[in-house]
Amino acid sequence: MADLKLHVDTSTEAERVAVDSVIAPDDHAVIHESARSVRGGTARRRDRRHLLLPGLHALQATAGWISPGGLNHLCSALQVPPAEGYGVATFYELFRTTDPGHEQSVHHVCTDTSCHIAGAEDFAQRLEAAGEKVHRGPCLGQCEKAPARFVQGRNEPDHVLADRPDERIVLPQRAADPDVRLRLLQRVGVVDPTSLASYREHGGYLALQRAIDLGPQAVIEEIRAAGLSGRGGAAFPTAIKWQGVADEHGRPKHVIANADESEPGTFKDRIVMENDPFSVIEGLTLAGLATSAENGWIYIRGEYPLSTLRLENAIEQCRTAGLLGDDVLGSGQRFDIELRRGAGAYICGEETALMESIAGFRGEPRNKPPFPSTHGLFGEPTALNNPETLLNALFIVEHGADTYRLAGTEKSPGTRLFCLSGHVVVPGLYEVPMGATLGEVVDLAGGPTGTTAAILMGGAAGSFVGPDQLDMPLTQEDTRERGTTLGSGVITLFDDSVDFTALVLRIAEFFEGESCGQCVPCRVGVVRQHEVLVEMSANGGTLSDDRNTLIGDMARAMADASICGLGHTASGAVQSAIRLGLIGARS
Amino acid sequence: MFGAGGGTVSYEEIEHADVILLWGSNAREAHPIFFHHLMKGLDNGAQMYCVDPRRTSSSKFADLWLGIDVGTDIALANAIAREIIHAGLVNTEFVAHSTQGYEEFAASVEAYTLDVAAEITGVPADAIREVAHSYATGGKSQILWTLGITEHHNAVDNVLSLCNLALLTGHVGRWGSGLVPLRGQNNVQGGGDMGALPNKLPGFQDLDNDEHRRKFEAAYGMELNPVDGIHLTLMFEAMERGEMTAAYVVGENPADSEADIDHARKMLGGLDCLVVQDIFMTRTAELADVVFPASVAWAESEGTVTSSERRVQRVRGAVTPPGEARHDLDIMCALAERMGVDLGTNDPQELWDELRSLSPLHAGMSYERLDSEGGLQWPCPSLDHPGSPFLHGWLWAEDLEGRDPAPFSVVEHEGPKEALTEEFPLRLTTGRSLDSYNTGVQSNGYTSPIRYGEALDLNPADAADLGIEDGERVTVTSPRGSVEMAVRIQPDIPVGLTFTTYHFPDLVDINKLTNDAWDKRSGTSEFKAAAIRIDKLDAPIPVAGT
Repeated sequence: MADLKLHVDTSTEAERVAVDSVIAPDDHAVIHESARSVRGGTARRRDRRHLLLPGLHALQATAGWISPGGLNHLCSALQVPPAEGYGVATFYELFRTTDPGHEQSVHHVCTDTSCHIAGAEDFAQRLEAAGEKVHRGPCLGQCEKAPARFVQGRNEPDHVLADRPDERIVLPQRAADPDVRLRLLQRVGVVDPTSLASYREHGGYLALQRAIDLGPQAVIEEIRAAGLSGRGGAAFPTAIKWQGVADEHGRPKHVIANADESEPGTFKDRIVMENDPFSVIEGLTLAGLATSAENGWIYIRGEYPLSTLRLENAIEQCRTAGLLGDDVLGSGQRFDIELRRGAGAYICGEETALMESIAGFRGEPRNKPPFPSTHGLFGEPTALNNPETLLNALFIVEHGADTYRLAGTEKSPGTRLFCLSGHVVVPGLYEVPMGATLGEVVDLAGGPTGTTAAILMGGAAGSFVGPDQLDMPLTQEDTRERGTTLGSGVITLFDDSVDFTALVLRIAEFFEGESCGQCVPCRVGVVRQHEVLVEMSANGGTLSDDRNTLIGDMARAMADASICGLGHTASGAVQSAIRLGLIGARS
Repeated sequence: MFGAGGGTVSYEEIEHADVILLWGSNAREAHPIFFHHLMKGLDNGAQMYCVDPRRTSSSKFADLWLGIDVGTDIALANAIAREIIHAGLVNTEFVAHSTQGYEEFAASVEAYTLDVAAEITGVPADAIREVAHSYATGGKSQILWTLGITEHHNAVDNVLSLCNLALLTGHVGRWGSGLVPLRGQNNVQGGGDMGALPNKLPGFQDLDNDEHRRKFEAAYGMELNPVDGIHLTLMFEAMERGEMTAAYVVGENPADSEADIDHARKMLGGLDCLVVQDIFMTRTAELADVVFPASVAWAESEGTVTSSERRVQRVRGAVTPPGEARHDLDIMCALAERMGVDLGTNDPQELWDELRSLSPLHAGMSYERLDSEGGLQWPCPSLDHPGSPFLHGWLWAEDLEGRDPAPFSVVEHEGPKEALTEEFPLRLTTGRSLDSYNTGVQSNGYTSPIRYGEALDLNPADAADLGIEDGERVTVTSPRGSVEMAVRIQPDIPVGLTFTTYHFPDLVDINKLTNDAWDKRSGTSEFKAAAIRIDKLDAPIPVAGT
């Protein structure tokens, strides 16, 4: 790229080594083959752009920040304009572009919903008093262990407390109906998550073998008959998505596991990936075979170091065993998986933002159409699924659609994972058949610890419901009818001790921080919404009519005119809290 | 006629090319608008090979840059031809049907093996092989060149060596494939088209062709001198011999732009009468007896311009020319009137219609059509003709439309006229930068954030050998003269090569150094290859000369 304007800062030896570990020196976008011949060009530059994010991770881990010199070296290797590289680096919570001025690890402390009420601020202050470097930030996906902390390592690997061998993983989960056995969590806490042999002893890869026997189209038909819909939040029919990609020919195709669960209150994929990582690999491989895509990607939260290790290990073992590679399980199809770490951006859970992020650009959602099934990752046909959806697909293929439909309702078949946190006795992950009531699920978690004031359904992007809704069956249709959502399976309980003004203010702050800023209604709307709540908080929690109207107007503008779901849902929790009288007493 | 006239393809076609061979052209800086079309081609998946002595900004867009020694283009082209032949990649059907002289040509390139070419050009043999195969096997391949090919003493041979490659592979006369000499200004093409050539009438009709000439004589109502005129380089020789004593210079600045500039200025200063017509008070105008201030062509004047892709487009006056500035046509008609000749109308549209009646290439281009169709590409012989996006389609016609097959040309490597010597061990080549335009007359009145001024680019290794630091002012000497200028140390320039622009003649008279050896057929001087020496300012300066 000729118009590359590198600045004068130079990289350190350590930074160059770090970048070289991601992009080998003889594989740079520009290669000086001799004094009189230099290889470069558009194709080489395009083919390597996706290495920008791993390169930034390498620099951050080595130097504790993305220094101008390090960025220079990385951008030169990939032939990315440094201004663009900087734009990407500043997009993510986990990357610093200013010198931290110290050599310590950084302790990220979550200040969102469950952690907020569990004393996150006190926790952060205690850490600071102990001399740790603390960064207060959004949800870390450890809501059942609130208040949560993630340590971004300097001279030590990234880790969370649960990674320490002396920490026992508490994993409460069971099905509501004793007749229905666990499906998605059947191996969690049972198998050795580091061993492919153990996975296969517990029924692993039976589903994929059956899928190969059936053939791709029969697999999609089975999924269609089972009525599986996506578990990431949007509940799109999986068979339609897969069929769309299967019908595309002549271009490289991709399947992606969206393990970037960032919705405050969500931790289900993390528990699966930490404890049953091979199932995610098998599920993604199934998606690859069904759509005849050769390229699999797992995009995982940067804050999930243990899941990352477990998946990396699983991928390696599967490659060795011929379960990934040129001929998957003797099927004759090529399929391999590349793991990509996000770097702290809620918006990258949105499918097209995630694809932009993998491709080395700022994680800004695209306008749709065109849809990912024709123009996804790198502009090529792509199917993207939540890990929970992939686990469902494995069950369907192994046991058939009819068996699958034994659990759940006609319109919402199967089981569902729910992430219980907040004021419940045993926070954790629970698998129940669709149609179980909210009250039954809360009871599974040992019931509330106090007098329930409100329940947040679907996380920050969802809405509050009152304790009168405990009889609500947890299905797509029932939650929709009652004006709320299942979302990503978040159920956060709040008792009457909670200061809802402070809690909802934090939710507004969350959206203000996480809006990617691409479209105006959302960029402006989330800021104005936050301002109104700051003002309300300063006024002792009272809200004037015109401010209430303003919040409603902005919510409508964001819902109508934002490109993606973030803008569409950024007002849901705030408005429901006002409706329920949790906040905003009229002045 | 093959090998003359204009680019054989339209800009749009490069957006769909498969292989682009950019040779002796830094189009990124010198032809930035065209380069945008080229970048669309790259975006659409075209492969680009760039042949240039310098690692130019254009070459940084290329899949492969071939850093050729200055003036060794023919050796490279012939080696590519030989490789195409030996690898069995010749389009034999096309060669048999549409060309002549293949056998002789094939025999002539036999000596140019990859290794021989690598030795002559400095480019690795593997890179030459790759270009040959890629160019030949590309579905739509184009060769683009500019002054890196033509500002040599053997300019025409250089061009012919590239034409040979297109003939070997059939990459000409088809949509998307072709030969493209890029033009440096929005209307260089138009100047030639309108007969501003010593031996041509408008529409490339030959002055010495009686039939052509009589057509014009009938229209003008007078007899025309049938003897060819002379081009600029010959004019300076005629001035030196005292045979040419007056000059009327329109929109040119030879007192800054000619090679061996001291000599050129002396010649211009010695004329009995020098008339200059320009929009600026150029260095040439300062020498003139009379200066006619002209209106700017694109904002103050009505008329047409013709781009490199042979597209004629309308321009319109938007503002009134300042002061006494007048339209070029107006000045010429008034001048003729004082000389007792009535040129008839000075209305641009009436003159255009007169041209259409005389030039078959332009006959179908009414002002109305130029307006409504966004310009038209010649040839456009009739009102119902859509214009011609590419040239030489006849090469693919069953009967060649009655023409002779296109000839291969046997051309041999010669190298620059001025060899490097112990006294002048470094090669100097000149060129343009993005922020400036030619001698700076039109661009130096503006500031630019990317302008670095005039400096001599030098490889770090050469700078170290000479003990010179970045930014240090030095004396640069060629067999013709010396200038003082700053050095800019540039890792992008190969060892042994130096480079500078000539945008700032007021600061550095770089054409004091350049070689006025020129091609007898094109009239172009060898701006691209002089031999020089660099001396530190405090060093005793030997007397220049050979």
